[in-house]
Amino acid sequence: MSQTTTERAGGAVKAAEPKKKAVLSEGKKAERKLGLLLVAPAAIIMVAVTAWPIIYSVYLSLQRYDLKFPDKQEFVGLDNYVTVLSSPYWWNAVWVTVVMTVVSVVIELVLGMALALIMHRTLVGRGIVRTSTLIPYGIVTVVAAFSWRYAWTPGTGYLSELLGGEPVLTEKIPALAVVILAEVWKTTPFMALLLMAGLALVPDDLLKAAALDGATGWQRFTKVILPLMKPAILVALLFRTLDAFRIFDNLFVLTGGSQGTSSVSMLTYNNLIKGLNLGIGSTMSVLIFIAVAIIAFVFIKLFGTAAPGSDDGGKR
Amino acid sequence: MAGIGGAETTAKKTRWGILNAVVVIYALFPVLWIVSLSFKSKATLADGNFIPRSWTFDNYSEIFKTTEFVRALANSIGIALIATAVAVVFGTMAAYAIARLDFPGKSLLVGVSLLIAMFPQVSLVSPLFEIERSLGLFDTWPGLILPYITFALPLAIYTLSAFFREIPWELEKAAKMDGATPGQAFRRVIAPLAAPGVFTTAILVFIFCWNDFLFAISLTSTEKSRTVPVALSFFTGSSQFEDPTGSIAAAAVVITIPIILFVLFFQRRIVAGLTSGAVKG
Repeated sequence: MSQTTTERAGGAVKAAEPKKKAVLSEGKKAERKLGLLLVAPAAIIMVAVTAWPIIYSVYLSLQRYDLKFPDKQEFVGLDNYVTVLSSPYWWNAVWVTVVMTVVSVVIELVLGMALALIMHRTLVGRGIVRTSTLIPYGIVTVVAAFSWRYAWTPGTGYLSELLGGEPVLTEKIPALAVVILAEVWKTTPFMALLLMAGLALVPDDLLKAAALDGATGWQRFTKVILPLMKPAILVALLFRTLDAFRIFDNLFVLTGGSQGTSSVSMLTYNNLIKGLNLGIGSTMSVLIFIAVAIIAFVFIKLFGTAAPGSDDGGKR
Repeated sequence: MAGIGGAETTAKKTRWGILNAVVVIYALFPVLWIVSLSFKSKATLADGNFIPRSWTFDNYSEIFKTTEFVRALANSIGIALIATAVAVVFGTMAAYAIARLDFPGKSLLVGVSLLIAMFPQVSLVSPLFEIERSLGLFDTWPGLILPYITFALPLAIYTLSAFFREIPWELEKAAKMDGATPGQAFRRVIAPLAAPGVFTTAILVFIFCWNDFLFAISLTSTEKSRTVPVALSFFTGSSQFEDPTGSIAAAAVVITIPIILFVLFFQRRIVAGLTSGAVKG
């Protein structure tokens, strides 16, 4: 209040101009201070709980450090990396992770797009559809995973009956298919919501104009809707890809990583908590971090302005 | 002519109705299945029938008799509530600053939150395991609350700053012009406008904390701070030879209830919250 008064007084009297500037920058200073003060707690926690541990894990990854033999801790240089990168288990896990990520994200994109179109355009029961699709998004992943596990367990489950009582979860490829199914079920609604937000940005007039010009439904979809939704699709793809790369809960409950179905997260967990090998666990942590960083970087580089990082720059 | 139009819309509505039904069934099937399992009696548990042949509440009354589950439920609720409260308060402060104030390092902060949103959580498991062990935080509530706050903050900051940008802040000035003190202007004008956004964010953050499995299983080792998702995966049944399926199903249904309530009552808000931060062409 007092600041406004001073400003007005400064505006009225020309001689007071320099003084006004000083007052303004005083206000700016206070604003900066307040801004920094307000973001400080969030910024400190985020950096303290991510940056410091990741640096520490680089240090740990250069040590031989097995909690079963804590006295034998010593600096071993890149030995752990050699061990991990020459291990067939690691490469199998990488392969499993990549396949599951690619397959599930592709299915999610297609199903999610269909679901988004349904939710966006439906004439009846929009509320019911949206409410029920939020359930897979919100439900605890472990709960859903148990539901799937029991559904596929011969005897207990209704789904395994359909396949003649085959124990699908005990073989590598069928087990992976079930994990992918569980992932797709859980995350397609989220994908659909992101895509629906993109759909809302497509102007109806444009679609009507295209229809008047004789474009078929499919043409309208590929020539009008898809190009306009590109930013939304890329954001959804980036987030889902990184997320799928971290797949853990579903695997843990459905297969426990047996029959060579371990993902990289699962393998890291097993080395750390079951094997108590901090050196190897940290090495895997660092490798996963690098892989995710590369994926994010490639996405943002490839798609440039459409990426979320720059998207925010455009907003301001 | 009108008649044909009417017939067409009826046909269209039926088509949409069928499509919608497919979507609803797709979304609810696994949930209904676990609910059905939780009501099956021990004898019919393994009959593979989708609908229980005989209904019973035994599974529920049994899990509430075990400290394993009751303790885990208390842990889950306590940890998720505290983490949500802290993340929402800090997130609100930061989002207000991002939406309204000019200060150095703003884009850096936005960038850092984005990086953390993409951060592979499993990369933190090994170092946090070691750090928390040496700080005495391993297997404690704060040991889980801290990483939850960290990963909830980007979500909170993004959602809230999107909400805050939409608030007509001129109203605050107008209220002051009309003689309101800054405190009154905030309480009477700004807080009611901001509350829905804050509330929505709190729901999203709570769902995230409630859901976590990776940190909860890696950073705890006893009943002291184990949350329900982890306790579930350790359920063995009341005796060694008993099949825990019924207990697991019942416990799973119990922790699904809050999610169902949120979704039923706040569907609109959750959709708005999930989409606001993510996509702005």
